[in-house]
Amino acid sequence: MNTDKQDSSEKIYIEPPLAPKRTRWQEFRRHFVKNKLAILGLIIFILFFFCAVAGLILTSGSNPLFDPAMVRLQEKLRPPLAKPNLVSLKPAEVPTLGIYLMGTDDLGRDVFSRMLQGAWVSLTVGFVAVGISVLIGIFMGGIAGYFGQHHIRIDHILLTLALIFGTGLMIAKFAFIGTLILLLCLAYIFYSRQTRDRSEEQEMSALKMILHGNAFSVDTLIMRIVDIMLCFPSFFLILTVVALLPASIYNIMIVIGLTSWMGTTRFVRAEFLSLREQDFVAAAKALGINNFRIIFRHIMPNAIAPVLVSATIGIASAILTEAGLSFLGFGVPPPHATWGNILSNGKNFIFDAPWLTFIPGIAILIVVLSFNLFGEGIRDILNPKLKGRS
Amino acid sequence: MLSFIGRSVVQKTITLFFVSVVSFLIIHLAPGKPSQVDPLNPKFTPEVVERFQKEFHLDKPLYIQYVYFYQDLFTGKTVSWKDNQSVLKKIWERFLNSLPLFIVGTLLTWTLSFPVGIRSAIYRGGIYDRSATFLSYLLISIPGFFFAYVLIRFVVPYFHVPVIGMETFGMGDAPVYYLIMDRIWHLLLPSVLYATGGIAILSRYVRSQMLEVEGQDYIRTARAKGLPPEQVHYKHALRNALLPFVTMFGLLLPALISGSVIIESIFSWPGMGRMAYEAILARDYPVILTVNFISAVLVLAGTFISDLLYLVVDPRIRL
Repeated sequence: MNTDKQDSSEKIYIEPPLAPKRTRWQEFRRHFVKNKLAILGLIIFILFFFCAVAGLILTSGSNPLFDPAMVRLQEKLRPPLAKPNLVSLKPAEVPTLGIYLMGTDDLGRDVFSRMLQGAWVSLTVGFVAVGISVLIGIFMGGIAGYFGQHHIRIDHILLTLALIFGTGLMIAKFAFIGTLILLLCLAYIFYSRQTRDRSEEQEMSALKMILHGNAFSVDTLIMRIVDIMLCFPSFFLILTVVALLPASIYNIMIVIGLTSWMGTTRFVRAEFLSLREQDFVAAAKALGINNFRIIFRHIMPNAIAPVLVSATIGIASAILTEAGLSFLGFGVPPPHATWGNILSNGKNFIFDAPWLTFIPGIAILIVVLSFNLFGEGIRDILNPKLKGRS
Repeated sequence: MLSFIGRSVVQKTITLFFVSVVSFLIIHLAPGKPSQVDPLNPKFTPEVVERFQKEFHLDKPLYIQYVYFYQDLFTGKTVSWKDNQSVLKKIWERFLNSLPLFIVGTLLTWTLSFPVGIRSAIYRGGIYDRSATFLSYLLISIPGFFFAYVLIRFVVPYFHVPVIGMETFGMGDAPVYYLIMDRIWHLLLPSVLYATGGIAILSRYVRSQMLEVEGQDYIRTARAKGLPPEQVHYKHALRNALLPFVTMFGLLLPALISGSVIIESIFSWPGMGRMAYEAILARDYPVILTVNFISAVLVLAGTFISDLLYLVVDPRIRL
């Protein structure tokens, strides 16, 4: 008995006392499996992903399997699952599946192939726009959170202004003066790098005192930029820029990305501010690890969870924004189909051909819903306050 | 308190200045010129374009245009390039059209989302909570324009709700109550649409706030001393859960002017959103910039008001 007890206590002692029984990933999976709505969201998302990739492969190229641009004027506004009228069609015009799976539109184009083509647009807009906004958000938020207490010196501000001014002059007609200003700036950068080590020992002159004075902190600068961006009404701003730029899907992605990074910046900054003071960061600093590695290997993995949640929900809203823009007639130029412009064309036939409105509408609804459910599911799982209560 | 007000006024003025610069640059550096909107129009001879550019200072460098524009704006002399009308007057007319939509939509949002959210929080995990949650996800995810057409398809044939414009055309000498009823009838679908997204989001937010407060120790104390559940829910929990919502009154302000481009263009509602949309299509820079500037002012004023309200409502916060 006695030896047994000792044995078991020794066994317990041998086990590493502080390591958690399950890794973070296992813990996440355990909670995730319980959340049925989130699983549903994930399954729909995977299906949507394969549809979009298949759509891209099947509808592009010079002789696609499903031709979304094939006009059959004698077959317009056929309801879903209708059989094509083989007598009036040339062999090349017969739909690939033998029936119009989702009907045809007012030009007799097969809605099913158009939906396939549009899926890829929705997918890429969502991911690229959110990718851009997350990258900018992490970069700005990381700098504001980690280097926030550093101050920007007045000579840096002057230097930046002079650089911008010089580049502007170079692009405008005054190439000579612009180059001169740029050269002067470069000379100043070189000079200050050379004298940086010595300047701390020597007495500084009055001019240098002013130039090296602290204007404001990096944190203030970035947060003010965020404030400025938040002042614009976002959909209106996107609409303005998209209307002014030439119509292209890439412009829409970039514009949506550039106008939606502010939330991520705030998240990342808040996470960095609290993580920066933690012991493991102090330990990493004491080991002499450089800032780059501390940020990306030590802080970022701990700060990434809320960013992923907001990115998932951001994809949903980017898809909605793109659909709204193509509904208003901006974005991808006409022959290319997007879910928004199929719906926009179909709205004129809402009573005669309701499938032209309902098929793209329900598709957008389901995809956006799946992203929202998945994102909210992860948020619930990652929220420590809700753990163990349900 | 006073120093806080002073500091934020200075800060917000600086922000506003940068917003004005950035919006001006975005508009003017984008490719394309307003004089190129209609190149096929035979009336647009080079002389006319030149006169047009001179009239609106388009031949001057950018920073002088900037000064001219904001000088005009602050003295109220800005005119639209499209029809030479005063921009402020145009905006005011459209604003009065958008106002009923905004008021009814906001009232619907705030009166519906609180009961729904509170009930879901009290009966957490029940059938009501789960269906409300799913419904609100559905409403958040549905594209506004699609929902509009679903309503038009299924509501209009049975109830004969008008879907075009603000009033029935040619109602010149109808009695006043009839005109008012007509207006309300026209307001029905747009304002329901205006409110749906808001109801879904706000009721989720109310629910999470209530849940947060219901988990606090003082709620357990209140229950433990034997208070009736209604008193615990509505007196102890709800009052504390309401704190963050007081500040949202300030954030409502910018929604006043932005309107909704999509809803207003579906229902041909002559409101702010539609005016902005038409101005964008016509490259009517003064209108676009003025709307942008006013909405930036409202956003800044809104955050300022919500900060102040927080200060008044929550005694724990000292700035």
